[in-house]
Amino acid sequence: MTHVLDPGTLAAGTRPGPGPGTAFDDVTRSDAALRAFLHGLPGVDQVGAEQRAATLGTRSIKTTAKAWAIDTAISMVDLTTLEGADTPGRVRSLAAKARRPDPTDPTAPSVAAVCVYGDLAGVAKEALADTGIHVAAVATAFPSGRASREVKLADVRDAVANGADEIDMVIDRGAFLAGRYLEVFEEVVAVKEACTRPDGTGSAHLKVILETGELVTYDNARRASWLAMLAGADFIKTSTGKVSPAATLPVCLVMLEAVRDFRAATGTQVGVKPAGGIRTTKDAVKHLVLVNETVGADWLSPDWFRLGASSLLNDLLLQRQKLRTGHYSGPDHVSVD
Amino acid sequence: MTTSPLFEYAPAPESRSIVDVRPSYGLFVDGEFVDGSGETMKTVNPATEEVLSEVAVGTEADVDRAVRAARRAFTRVWGPMRPADRGKYLFRIARILQERAREFAVLESLDNGKPIRESRDVDVPLAAAHFFSHAGWADKLAHAGLGPDPRPHGVAGQVIPWNFPLLMLAWKVAPALATGNTVVLKPAETTPLTALLFAEVCRQADLPPGVVNVVTGAGDTGRAVVEHADVDKVAFTGSTEVGRSIARAVAGTRKVLTLELGGKAANIVFDDAPIDQAVEGIVRGIFFNQGHVCCAGSRLLVQESVHDEVIASLQRRIGTLRVGDPLDKNTDVGAINSAEQLARIRELSEIGEAEGAHRWQPACDLPDRGFWFPPTVFTDVSPAHRIARDEVFGPVLSVLTFRTPDEAVAKANNTTYGLSAGIWTEKGSRILAIADRLRAGVVWANTFNQFDPTSPFGGYKQSGYGREGGRQGLAAYLRGAS
Repeated sequence: MTHVLDPGTLAAGTRPGPGPGTAFDDVTRSDAALRAFLHGLPGVDQVGAEQRAATLGTRSIKTTAKAWAIDTAISMVDLTTLEGADTPGRVRSLAAKARRPDPTDPTAPSVAAVCVYGDLAGVAKEALADTGIHVAAVATAFPSGRASREVKLADVRDAVANGADEIDMVIDRGAFLAGRYLEVFEEVVAVKEACTRPDGTGSAHLKVILETGELVTYDNARRASWLAMLAGADFIKTSTGKVSPAATLPVCLVMLEAVRDFRAATGTQVGVKPAGGIRTTKDAVKHLVLVNETVGADWLSPDWFRLGASSLLNDLLLQRQKLRTGHYSGPDHVSVD
Repeated sequence: MTTSPLFEYAPAPESRSIVDVRPSYGLFVDGEFVDGSGETMKTVNPATEEVLSEVAVGTEADVDRAVRAARRAFTRVWGPMRPADRGKYLFRIARILQERAREFAVLESLDNGKPIRESRDVDVPLAAAHFFSHAGWADKLAHAGLGPDPRPHGVAGQVIPWNFPLLMLAWKVAPALATGNTVVLKPAETTPLTALLFAEVCRQADLPPGVVNVVTGAGDTGRAVVEHADVDKVAFTGSTEVGRSIARAVAGTRKVLTLELGGKAANIVFDDAPIDQAVEGIVRGIFFNQGHVCCAGSRLLVQESVHDEVIASLQRRIGTLRVGDPLDKNTDVGAINSAEQLARIRELSEIGEAEGAHRWQPACDLPDRGFWFPPTVFTDVSPAHRIARDEVFGPVLSVLTFRTPDEAVAKANNTTYGLSAGIWTEKGSRILAIADRLRAGVVWANTFNQFDPTSPFGGYKQSGYGREGGRQGLAAYLRGAS
């Protein structure tokens, strides 16, 4: 069973429910109101959240369940290269891998998206033409986000003009930690507007990176999740991958609880993307278990859950080969990135 | 939206082949497995009703033999032994428990019905931890603040329950041995197998004969242990009813007694609680070990202002619990230990409904054979209802509400028991203030059902007296200590 994105679903911009505008309009009317709202969310007990994530980590996923999980995880991968040394050639080679991750086995699903810097979005778009695989571009002065708003918005418009289907923005962690929540909120709203394609073909999907490794506490992760969703995020994403710790099971748990509660309150479903630090099939399967038992089947598709990773894909392919053939091969049986 | 049909976990059963269950077992007396002089009884797997083995029902004569062996071992070997050497034996037992952990976990789940995840991750590691912890105490008793030269009582008669067969054995045997006592242990009628495997561990550890004796059987065997004239110290964990009769039997004798009995713990959720973790804590409090836990959080006291939110969240979470084969590594809730216990849970649940409380159970498929009861929540419970007062000892939660902290404390203390309680709030000062006013032996804050060998455990009121674990637990096994 595979989950290749229907390219039409995201571009159409249709989402269930009345949208966040209705239920929580008044909480963003002032800095004080937003602060009161975010600090009024139930707290997260660190010990309890970590214990719950660890318990779910002991689930034993075998045989048919494992096969399903591996294929689903492959189809959820945002195959990522975010290096200063990236070139068009490197991006094209990654695109080829995204399209057909296992050259020896056409039944292996393709990944959800390729994630690159904005200037290379055009190269990726061309290489992935007619595949249904999305191009995600990081923007807003990724990874630090330390630039003026004008520069960030220009960064976003440029990536969208280059053909990005999805924009991965970073929030201003400095402003968030200093308590200037409304400023962070307004920036996300502005970026969301900048995601609109000038040719009138809808809007790029917005993923909001919280960089939970810099927000540090689970309380902050929950507040930042709500802030991003109120501002119109289509996805909330844990990390840039440039800060340690990046995605952890407990932080993903807290964010999943946030999207679950947000949908219950507003009717709007928001996706979740843990990114960075997920390297093994075991890690990926644990994340799927977390999704399954926290928010359920509605999120178990690449439309609503992604794994931001690079080396993970090869481990998924090796485990997939092992399941099919009964023996382990080796690193030379999957392609280098 | 709960357990998704998309992602169906394939069965992941732990292999039974690691453990070798013999068709029949005798008694463990004076370092040897010997035949009992009486009848035998069958022990069954509560998840399938399959007969696992036949074990001896110890008679008065058998118990007498065991007590005499324990006395001999106390006088000649274990009492005079250098404390540091006693410690070595305990360390050795602890290590063997770790080495044979999988064997113990599988056997415990087979005989008791509890999920392998719990026997593997909780029961067995904690049992080993109790031996490790007490092994360290053996040569430091003079410095434990229990008097300059604390002495053992002699022969300890110990009767343990079926809910945590190996763990309760460890809670009793480890401190008794560390302090220099010898032991006659009577495991529960329905769960004798891990105690018999432990007897094998004692042999493997070269523990001197007679230091630990295991006499299996039912109520009469237990009575014979408790009433034997040459037993110096009696320790019992089980029902309040049996505890009372033991207290009567021991009254007026030289025996010292500790009792760890029932409970009806309040789990108090304030409106500023971390709700998601509180819901986890409620689940852990009442559905851990099928609710067969004396300190289970069986009364949920939730502040009225968050009642609906908490109950909705709780019901969604209960819908994800996986009930079924105890040996499957993904099972969360296993089988009820016996037909008798199942009947009691059913009876009390029916009374709950008849008294006007509202019963809620998730849709869940239960196996056809074996003893099963689904996770159950009663809302609209009044403090006057029997399900708010009687210990159900099963996966049944009663939900009550409160409006103010004073009301929470009053309702929490309004029970004849007093074993444990839980407080959920993000406000530290409230935790301390409320904990001070709760009459319960253990108060957990923002967690529930956490155990540690260094932490004393025991009750107020009809939950018993004496403490197990920690420095305080040693006192129960030493003369002149208080």
